[in-house]
Amino acid sequence: MSDTTPAVEAGRLDTEALEQVLAAPAARFRHDYLEVRGLRVEFDGFVAVDGVDLTVTQGDLRFLIGPNGAGKTTVVDALTGLVAAAGSAQFGGVDLLGRPSHRIARSGVGRTFQTASVFDELTVLQNLDIAAGARRGPLTLLRRRRSVPPEVEAALETVGLAHVRDLPAGVLAHGQKQWLEIGMLLVQDARLLLLDEPVAGMSQAEREETGLLLQRIGEQRTVVVVEHDMEFLRAFASSVTVLHQGKVLAEGTVAQVQADPRVVEVYLGTGAHGRGSRTAATSTEVE
Amino acid sequence: MSAARPGSARTAVARPDWWRREGVRLWGGIALAVVLLVGVAPAVLSDFRLNLLAKFLCLAMVAVGIGLAWGRGGMLVLGQGVFFGLGGYLMAMHMKLSDAGPGGVPDFMLLYGDGVVPGWWEPLRSPVVTVLAILLLPAGLAAVLGLAVFRRRVRGAYFAILSQALAAAFAILLVGQQKVTGGTNGLNGFRSFFGYDLADPVNKRMLYYIAAGVLVVMVVVVRLLMRSRYGELLVAVRDQENRVRFLGYDPAVVKVVAYAVAAAFAAVGGALFAPVAGIISPADVGVVPSIALLVGVAIGGRATLLGPVLGSIAVSWAETSLSEQFPSFWTYFQGALFIGVVAFLPNGLASLGGALRRRRARGSAVPEVGPASDVRPAAGSAGGVPADPPAGAPDVTTDTVDTAGRHA
Repeated sequence: MSDTTPAVEAGRLDTEALEQVLAAPAARFRHDYLEVRGLRVEFDGFVAVDGVDLTVTQGDLRFLIGPNGAGKTTVVDALTGLVAAAGSAQFGGVDLLGRPSHRIARSGVGRTFQTASVFDELTVLQNLDIAAGARRGPLTLLRRRRSVPPEVEAALETVGLAHVRDLPAGVLAHGQKQWLEIGMLLVQDARLLLLDEPVAGMSQAEREETGLLLQRIGEQRTVVVVEHDMEFLRAFASSVTVLHQGKVLAEGTVAQVQADPRVVEVYLGTGAHGRGSRTAATSTEVE
Repeated sequence: MSAARPGSARTAVARPDWWRREGVRLWGGIALAVVLLVGVAPAVLSDFRLNLLAKFLCLAMVAVGIGLAWGRGGMLVLGQGVFFGLGGYLMAMHMKLSDAGPGGVPDFMLLYGDGVVPGWWEPLRSPVVTVLAILLLPAGLAAVLGLAVFRRRVRGAYFAILSQALAAAFAILLVGQQKVTGGTNGLNGFRSFFGYDLADPVNKRMLYYIAAGVLVVMVVVVRLLMRSRYGELLVAVRDQENRVRFLGYDPAVVKVVAYAVAAAFAAVGGALFAPVAGIISPADVGVVPSIALLVGVAIGGRATLLGPVLGSIAVSWAETSLSEQFPSFWTYFQGALFIGVVAFLPNGLASLGGALRRRRARGSAVPEVGPASDVRPAAGSAGGVPADPPAGAPDVTTDTVDTAGRHA
């Protein structure tokens, strides 16, 4: 496994297969929205998140941005039960705070991590099969997998990994691991997708494809993306929330946020100046 | 096997050689184990050696469980002696009671105690209750303990220390309650095993056959578990516990199942150990024996199916034979072996074959990269034909790979 297997040839995202994945009736998602009120997270006296309000509706593709230490990832951690938080957070009428992570996941909340965390020793297919199986009974679990579940098959096509299904996930290229993570969220049937830097380490072409994929998923489901890449944000965000020192600084469309003088001051300063020339804004990280 | 080679080498590209196919290897391996354990070993070993082997097999049962919990589930179980001891003592208590006859009092209680059988001993007069208790009690204890520990996300070294402390506490408890547990001496001097006279060599052999059969069944069970969806999930929990949690599973439950299975295996091993060895004492359940059980698993290869079994049997065997030759030398040898394996083969001796294969493959890959003329002399000298067809070159590489695989 430690062998330096040459990077697996890049697959392409399959939008037709995605339509199959998203074939569920729209009514299922109609009442989905994320409502966060007064979210507060404290670590030993340090307030990481301080009274954040956030409303994301179904069909939105919300980007969560902010300088390092603004509390973006902490918000995601709080919503998924990884850290204890005060305030209230509801998704689809279900309270998220104060419940164990696996129960939150079962009520339709899925997340990814900054570092792609797939199961390196298991194959791509096994990764997706595990993601699909949280509702399996003990008897199914104790048997072998006889065939590939249809939703897993569709997800394999969607994220362009069908040709490497039997390879261990550890040998995938970084971008492919990120796609595998998105695929796992799809088969997990997450209705709220919380993505932590999903395009980190991807090539320009891969970012483009990932952005389109997220846009299409966002039409149906509720998607929140934590991202540093400003160009990616401009190209694909339908709305943006700017966090600064644990508080919401601004919220609105990309244009509104960019025009906000406070945002320009704390965060977008250099990016706003470089608005005319896109190449200048490619710098992924604004310190 | 060698007769089938020329034909199968040609089809190797399309499908694996017949002896490499999964089902063939599994059932072939089991058949081989049964032949060795049931056919060969009793024929060539003296009664004394066979009894020793039976003892090793009992310890190997614990190892099979450790392989599942530690190798596959990532739980460093340093206190399996507790479950081994529970099984052993339950069986020993039953044997003491049945030796004493209906309503009788075991000899050591007359010696150390007031001659009254405590109430919690009484149910073990029944053989059915005893067997059920051996199967369920340690597993149940592991489940309760595991849920409490894993829910609090105690992992890694902390879990190892906790399980080891438990083994130490259990041994101390046994020593302290001499009136009801026999204290340091443990329970010994059994005369019968479910009505069979233990002084009779035929019945000793029967015990050996039972141990061999149970061990084979356990290996098959672990194999089925490893290949099931649960087995995949267990590996996933081992490698990325949080990720599994965010997929909607409770990792604590996933781990507890493996932990309870390992506990049940250890208990059955202990229960058979008591009649085979003729004694179960705190020296068999404390910290040191718990670590010794783990060493065999680490040396054999914890994440593989047969590594723990073979490693455990090999270490037990080496311990006995080396102690006979050089008393008090064994501990040093065991330490050196452990350090050597951990340093050079962190995945145990079972990974030796794979490591060799990769080495050979790397060695033979070099000429392949070069121009074809580099390959030809080698292939030619092997076949004795200078103008070897190009198809011969790949054959050479597959050959070396195959040989490495067969020795593994």
